[in-house]
Amino acid sequence: MVFIIVPAYNEEEAIGRVVRDLFQQGFQNVVVIDDGSIDETGALARSAGATVLRHSINRGQGAALQTGNQYALESGAEIVVHFDGDGQLNAKDIALAINRLNTEKLDIILGSRFLDSRTHMPWSKRHILLPISRWINFVFTGLQLSDVHNGFRILSRSALKAIVITQDGMAHNTEIVAQIKIHNLTFAEHPVEVRYYEYGQGVRGGLKILSDFLFGHFVN
Amino acid sequence: MTLIQVILIIFFLFASFKVLGRWRTGELSGGVVVMWLLFWIVATIVALIPDITFRVAHLVGIGRGADLVVYLSLAILFFMVFRLMVKVERINRDITKLTRQLALMQPDGKREINL
Repeated sequence: MVFIIVPAYNEEEAIGRVVRDLFQQGFQNVVVIDDGSIDETGALARSAGATVLRHSINRGQGAALQTGNQYALESGAEIVVHFDGDGQLNAKDIALAINRLNTEKLDIILGSRFLDSRTHMPWSKRHILLPISRWINFVFTGLQLSDVHNGFRILSRSALKAIVITQDGMAHNTEIVAQIKIHNLTFAEHPVEVRYYEYGQGVRGGLKILSDFLFGHFVN
Repeated sequence: MTLIQVILIIFFLFASFKVLGRWRTGELSGGVVVMWLLFWIVATIVALIPDITFRVAHLVGIGRGADLVVYLSLAILFFMVFRLMVKVERINRDITKLTRQLALMQPDGKREINL
């Protein structure tokens, strides 16, 4: 049983299309986590056919993903797909990646924008921001990856049980990579397409992710 | 005795009575009360005999007593801010857990709970 987890915060313009695309690809269990949106995100996702879990107040993407993970785990999911609600990811990438997870008996697949040429991103992001971020990620997680921080991820049930997201904000990406290393999970990167309608995480966002990740170690 | 010494000592006494009041109502534990009272007693001694900071400062290699007080205060303040940040982050995580429980209690959002 495959569950697609879609965190969404004020995504009324994109969420309907995202959910319909996922159903068109043949997925039955689409779960949208409406993370305290103040627009029609939840209603539009529900009318498109998704199961909607609503955070009464906005808690961040990491918190929404963990809510989805917990729901999927309790619902008996064998595979969970993390998929952004802003319409930037391509639903056609999922089936191939799930196939790879199964045939290679992997615990987790991480999407990468650098393994094919479909993703066109701003020059400064490709050549300055992301190389620096990759290096910082490697220093703090111990895993060398071709990409950092995109919303595409596939988890087997064993990975779903092992990984607990405590970072409510965007630092959950780094936290998940760190937990892959800690739990010795088998993983692969898989090419995905990301269509850029806006810049996404900039330098300030990157620094916030780093400080959240480091500070989080003092809390537990 | 200078005016500033009188003002400071009155303030320290007021703070000590506040601490004792909170101990009586059960808001502060015994250990915390002892720590705060010690703090205010030391502050009162320093206010009464300012030269004592000069001697202590010299012991640790700092020229002026006032500098020692500033350095110590800064270090304590930084530590307290850090502890507060950790506490705020813990509360944030608890709020997230509660929000998650509410969300999982009402799948499909049909019985939405508005906070």
